[in-house]
Parts: sequence; C-alpha cells; structure tokens
Amino acid sequence: MSINKSAAGSILLVGVGGQGTILASKILSQGLMDAGFDVKMSEIHGMSQRGGSVSTQIRFADDVASPIIGLGEADLIIAFEKMEALRWLDHLKPSGTMIINNFEIPSVPILLGEAKYPEGIIADLKEKVDAKVVDAATIADNLGNAKAMNIVLLGAAVRAISKSERLQVLNDIDWDHIIQEIVKPQFVELNIKAFHAA
Amino acid sequence: MSKKQLLTGNEAVAQGAYEAGINFASAYPGTPSTEILENLSQLRDETDDNHVYCEWAPNEKVALEAAIGASVGGVRSMVTMKHVGVNVAADPLFTNAYTGVTGGLVLVSADDPGMHSSQNEQDNRNYATAARLLMLEPSDSQESLDFAKKAFELSEHFDTPVLLRMTTRVCHSKSIVNTGERINLPKTTYKKNIQKFVATPANAKVLREQLKDRIKAMYEYACTEAFAQGISKVIEPTSQSGKKIGVISAGVAYQYAKDAFGDSASYLKLGMTFPLPIDAIQDFAKTVDVLYVVEELDPYMESQIKAAGIDVIGKSVIPESGELNADIVRQAVFGESAENLKSAIEAVGRPPAMCAGCPHRGLFYQLAKLQKKQPIMIAGDIGCYTLGSAPPLSALDTCFCMGGSISSAHGAYMAHKSTGREEDITVFSVIGDSTFLHTGINSLMNSVYNKSRTINIILDNRITAMTGQQQNPGTGYTLMGEETTQVDIPLLCKSIGVAENQIHIINPLDLNESEQAIQAAMAEDGVSVIITRYPCVLKRYSAQDKTEFGVEQKVCKVDNDKCKLCKICVGTGCPAIVYSGDRVDINAGSCNGCTLCQQVCPFDAII
Repeated sequence: MSINKSAAGSILLVGVGGQGTILASKILSQGLMDAGFDVKMSEIHGMSQRGGSVSTQIRFADDVASPIIGLGEADLIIAFEKMEALRWLDHLKPSGTMIINNFEIPSVPILLGEAKYPEGIIADLKEKVDAKVVDAATIADNLGNAKAMNIVLLGAAVRAISKSERLQVLNDIDWDHIIQEIVKPQFVELNIKAFHAA
Repeated sequence: MSKKQLLTGNEAVAQGAYEAGINFASAYPGTPSTEILENLSQLRDETDDNHVYCEWAPNEKVALEAAIGASVGGVRSMVTMKHVGVNVAADPLFTNAYTGVTGGLVLVSADDPGMHSSQNEQDNRNYATAARLLMLEPSDSQESLDFAKKAFELSEHFDTPVLLRMTTRVCHSKSIVNTGERINLPKTTYKKNIQKFVATPANAKVLREQLKDRIKAMYEYACTEAFAQGISKVIEPTSQSGKKIGVISAGVAYQYAKDAFGDSASYLKLGMTFPLPIDAIQDFAKTVDVLYVVEELDPYMESQIKAAGIDVIGKSVIPESGELNADIVRQAVFGESAENLKSAIEAVGRPPAMCAGCPHRGLFYQLAKLQKKQPIMIAGDIGCYTLGSAPPLSALDTCFCMGGSISSAHGAYMAHKSTGREEDITVFSVIGDSTFLHTGINSLMNSVYNKSRTINIILDNRITAMTGQQQNPGTGYTLMGEETTQVDIPLLCKSIGVAENQIHIINPLDLNESEQAIQAAMAEDGVSVIITRYPCVLKRYSAQDKTEFGVEQKVCKVDNDKCKLCKICVGTGCPAIVYSGDRVDINAGSCNGCTLCQQVCPFDAII
C-alpha cells in the first residue's frame, strides 16, 4: 500500500454516558479495519455509565501496540459535548483537529447550582487548535431523531480527517455498508442520512 | 473456518474457551470481567446448537467450587471474576492447586489497575505465587483467545488450575483476532479418586510433595517449550545504536513498553509468568547492557529477578500504583513527554450519579434527612448505591467489600454498646439484593445470632445493576435465559431469625412509606430489616415486573408560575432536574417519572 501507515494515528471520542460514543467508535474502527489498518479500540465501562464522562480511544497503524492515547498524542478528538472537549484538550496534539458538538450537558455540580457551566469554551478552543463546530443536535432533530447526533458527528469527523494525505484511503470506504452491518435494521436509514447530514 | 474480527479481550477469552471445547462456566459479575460469560453463553456453532452451559453463581467462591466440581466430573470448565472476587474464592483455590484437575480448569482474574470501577487495585499475580498456579498473561485480544485456549491444555497437562490474568485494558480493548472452530473432545467417564480429591491431612501431605515436582515441570516448560509454542518471546531490535537496552515485560505493559522504547530495544515478552523463567531471563540479560522490567502495579517480576541476582531497573523509575501508559513509561525512563495544551477555562467535574428515577434515591433521601436531625451511622456496600455517598445526599459512612455492610454495622453497634453510646446513635446498613445474596446472608445471620441492634436495608432492585443488568438468584431467571426459582428474601430473613414484624417491605420511591419504615425500625429492638422492592430504572421488565409494578411511564414537569425556587427538589440530586440560577426545569428526555421531586415540593409546583 502506498500510504504511510507506520506511525500510529490516534482518535479520541469523548462525551457523556448515553450519548452513543461507543456505536460511533464501532463504525469508525470497522472503517479503519476495512481500509487495511491494524486497529485497537479501548473503552471504559463501569462507574462511567452513570452519567459520568466517557471516552473511547482508537489507535490505528500497520501494527498498533498500546491501545490507549497519552497526553498530547491524539490526532483527532471528536467531542460529543462542549465541556468534554475542554476536559480532553490536553490529549490533543497541538497540530491536531477537534470536532466539537455544539451541545451542553450540565454535570451534577452544575445541576446543584454549586458550579456554573463554563463560558467561552468554543472561542478558546478555536484559538488554540484546529476546531470545527457542528450543530449535531439541531441536525439530528431535523432528521427526526435527536439520538442520531452521534452519527452526524461521526460523518463530519470522517470527512474532516479524510482530507489529510495519509487518510485519503478513508474516502474509499463504503461507510453506508458498515452502518448497515452494525446498526439495528430499523435505524439504518436514519443513521445513513445522519452520516451525510453535517 | 478462520474469521477475522475486532474483539475485546473479554470476547476473545469467551471465544478461546469456546474453541477449547469447555462444557461449564460460572461467574459472579464484576467489572472488568462480566462480559466474558455474557458472550460465552451466546456463542453457537453454525451447524448445530452446540453451546456452552454458563451460569451466574451467587458469589465467586461458589462459582469456583462449581467449576472444580465440573472439572472433577471430567469436563473442561472456567470461572471468571474481578480481582477482588479471587479473595472470596481463595479458600477452594489454594487447595485445588494441591488436588489438581481432571478436565482442564481455568480461573480468569480481571484486575483493575487505576481502579476504574473497583475499591482497590490489588495485583493478583501474587496469587499465582501464593497458591502456586500456572499463570498466563495476555497483552491483547489475539493472545486472550490463544492463551485461554492453551490454558485448558496446560491445565490438563500439568494437572493444575491455571490463572489467566487479565487487566482492564486487555479486557475492554478491542483488537483484531483470528477466530477458529470449537474442538470436539471425546466423551469422558467419571472415575472416583479419593487420594487425589479428598484433601484430608493424610492425602494433602502427599499432594503437597507432588506439587513440588509439578512446579519443577512447569518451570522447565516456562523456560523452553513456552518459547517454542510462542507463549513467550524474545523480540530482537530492528535498529540499534549505542548501548543495548533490554526490556522484560508482560500483559498490556508490554504494549506500553513497545511504544516507549521503540524498535531499538530488545524485548523479553513473557506470556507465562508463573513460574517465572529465571533461566531464560538470565540468558536474555547476558545479551544486553541495560535491563528494564516494565510491569503495572507490584514489582512482581522485578523482585523475583533481583532475588536471582540479576541487575534490573524497575520500580525505582516506573510507578508502582495506578495504570501505566506509553507516555508514563517514556517519561519515567527517558524523561520525555509530548507537548500538550491547556486551557485557562476549567472544566467542571462530571462524577457519576444515581440515574434519574433510580429507586435508591428515595430511600437515601430519607436517610440524608435523618442524619441531619440525629446521629446515625450507615454502613455501605458494593453497588450503584455506593453513589449514595456522593453530594448532595452524602448518606454513607463506610464501604469496604461485597457483603460487608451488615457485618460492619454489627461491629460498629458493638463498639457503641461497649462505650455506652448505643442509645445515642442508630446503626444502619444498606446492601443491594445481589450483594445480599453474594455474602450478606451470613452477615445477617451473625447479627441475629449475636443479638445486634441494627437496621439493615436490603435495596432489592430486582437485578444486579452496577455491572449492567445481570440476573441473580432473586430475579427468577438464569444466565441462559430460563425461568427458575426465586429466593424469597423476606422469608429468608425470617428463617435466619429476624422477627416477622421487624421485616418491612416498602416502595422506596414512596417517601412516606420509606420514612414510616425507618421510624418503625428505629423503635424496634434487635435486628430489623427493611426491604425496598422496586426495579432498577434501567431494567427490562420481566412479565412478573410488569404485573407487580406496572408499565405506566410519565414525565414530571415544573410549573414555573408556582415554583418559588426553594431548590428542595434540586436537593434530591436527580440529574434530570436542572437549576440554572433563575429557574428550575426538568429535562423531559432524562426524567423517568419517579415523582420524588413532586413529593418533596412544598408548593405543588411539579406536575
């Protein structure tokens, strides 16, 4: 294969329990595998399911060793929630890309009025890194199902990364087919639409 | 037919055991091990319905004993648990190491470095040394499959239970795996063998001597055949400059070491780590100038290597606590780390919380209210309800281990009694249904037997919730999805000796009922039990649940004209309630209509 796959690429998907990060990671990992990469994907279960922060880490290369991404190592962060984008900023390469869902989920200290949801997150992140903001919630709502937000974001992220020379190969992947294989039959049409919507 | 799939370590262990032809598997659910049996019970042959019988046991000790029985009965069997579960199962484990097996027996211990969802990060490799168990440590999903499969062969070959030691990152990371077919083992016949399986002192003394020979044979294998079979490997550097660096590693730590040291180092990657192949390590050490051992948690390999007189750098640089990653290893060894960005804006924490509609919230709300009025002590246990310790409820005093709440509440009561404080402070315990059935029953028996005066609340949410909705002996269904007999918890408490009129069964989401039960129990002598019977909000209702609890789903709403912003509803800690400074709202998407907020609102502003 002509592309350089020796250096590992790292993608982090971060959000809040219940936002569908795991389904998005599954589709993305399958795509990378179909493109001929060795892939490792790591997720954290357990306590994080009860409304806590969740993260899925994907690493791909000719031969991937560590399944997890250290500080300053991620090429791409797909943030399903604004404050989570902020929380995981230190994992992004300074030259990396962030796809940020313009969506807020207040955490318990905020719900209790003990803390305020931080302001100016997007402006700050845009100043520091290559950040793209997606109104995935609105787009998913327009498609008729707010839950499709995850796939709206995934589609936006895949198109953003396939522009780089190394990942052009992702343009040749039949994403619709992968969605068809992974998603429950009744949601296939919705998710394919969502993938192409942003 | 071999198939290429992206599998988690847990899915791969299930596949490996399936391919090895096992007939019996048992477990008590525990993160990060739970999915092994959930997956194994689903695996089927494409041509027939050839599947593996799997079951949930009430606790890890029972699970291991059942697996030992199956092994003695002549079939390959497996038992899986989280690291702390091995403490519970340790009693049969140590003796099973003496007796050995008939059918291959594999114990999977899923350790949790970094404590993603555990109360400690004990390193269970120490069990291999203590009980003298052959140990394998996979570092990715392919090895999880291969080692699981191999483990049964080795178990039979050496006549020993095998410890397959996993960690969270191996269990829950996906990597590409080539799967195979299930092998068909010949049918066995049962042979009675008293000398081997009846561990009386006379027999055990003989078995103990035989164990020495077995360890010798396993050591020989670890040094030679394990390399020939590809379980352990020496990986030569592809590029080299300056000093020759050697790295000894095992498990996922090897993956981190490989990223940190790159291809200029040589690696001794050990798949079999008990017995530790000191001769092979000696040979490897001779080929390098500097030798490192990279391992997560305890200096398990390092201390044995140093004891053999081999000079090695380990925990003097590599952290001894927490999870490792490539970055941590790189920084520890080379003092280098990647550049990373920081924002001046601080992200607010996002701690886990009880779900909106969680039936535990009602009970904990009343306990939180009570502890503001008078001194009480609440001994906690392991489950979702440990989150009752979090603000704003903060209604928990202790949490140590599975089943420990009732017994430690009893001990605390005795402490208060011996210092003349028993009238000043009431002692409660809170324990889930599955945890009560795990090891809480003995504790309740102890409290009754030893004339305690405690109020023990069994939070019966009709499922094992924390680990993701597993059946248990109280739910009426087995792991294989069959209907079965349910434990009658009130009757069980009664037969242990709790007075029938001191067993209160309530709906915890009804605040009046909860308060009345707590008040009634506080006026009672001796041991009282309150059973809060209401399904977990995430539970898929069984037919029985539908009849008993109904399926009506509503959503609560704030009438902002009536709302006086007193924030009492916010104090329930329900994550569906949003306070935004000048108003309170209920997020319709997350509300489950439990009506707790409605019940606490003094202004009827929630409809």
